[in-house]
Amino acid sequence: MELFVFVVAAAMILAGAIGVVVRSHPVHAALSLILTLFGVAVMFVAQEAHFLAAVQVIVYAGAIVVLFLFVIMLLGVDRTEDIKTEPFKVQRPLAVIVGLGVIGLVTAAVVASRDVVSSRGSGLVTPDMADPDSNIRQLSRSVFGDYVVAFEVTSVLLVVAVVGTVLLTRRVKPVVKEPA
Amino acid sequence: MMSALMSAATPTTTWYLVLSAVLFGIGTVGVLVRRNPLVMFMCIELMLNAINLSFVAFAKRMGDIGGQTTVFFVMVVAAAEVVVGLGIIVSIMRKRPGATVDDISALKG
Repeated sequence: MELFVFVVAAAMILAGAIGVVVRSHPVHAALSLILTLFGVAVMFVAQEAHFLAAVQVIVYAGAIVVLFLFVIMLLGVDRTEDIKTEPFKVQRPLAVIVGLGVIGLVTAAVVASRDVVSSRGSGLVTPDMADPDSNIRQLSRSVFGDYVVAFEVTSVLLVVAVVGTVLLTRRVKPVVKEPA
Repeated sequence: MMSALMSAATPTTTWYLVLSAVLFGIGTVGVLVRRNPLVMFMCIELMLNAINLSFVAFAKRMGDIGGQTTVFFVMVVAAAEVVVGLGIIVSIMRKRPGATVDDISALKG
């Protein structure tokens, strides 16, 4: 069963990721991104991160991708991009080589060190029927306990981001001289 | 036979980490290959998701909730980053419609 979930979710993730890269239409790329994000949410559930799976669906699929689609429609760039022509002939093969190199190196490192990482924390609490919200409670103890300063700094970051974006996208009105 | 095979091949942390590496590699190729700034941004999201996946896998393996806390903060920062990045892209595209990243190589507006 676990294997089945892993295979299906991995297929979703990889199909969506390849779709983002190869689809020439930006809207199709955004929809492929949703497929990947849902696959990652399934993986989160399989790894006992239930709260993060919910946040993944709500924040990523619900807010970030909608923001992407909104900007695509607002700018009117929802037409097929010509991805056949390539100004630098050597770039695509080089990019594929770099990507395969990254995958190969990280995979080799992970496989070589698969027995090094051992359990050192106090353990994750697995939610069950008797205690369904134990993952949320454990996570909130960590966020509002050990990492509460980082949490507060995050709120400052969000305010700065919102104010900065409003400033960036503001239309500067042309100064009209009042007739004297 | 089939059920024995299924129980023998239970996904371990290594599987999740390898999947995360593959997802990160696809995102890298996307950033390097695509010209549309919006699609490049989506590929950066792919890479962030790959990192989140490996953090969650390590949290399970090491029995430490800190990995999931990190993913929480990464998501918040990713949301802020998307807001600022899309704001920059909107203000560039307003001046030059249909610009690709090759056209906006200069930092001045």
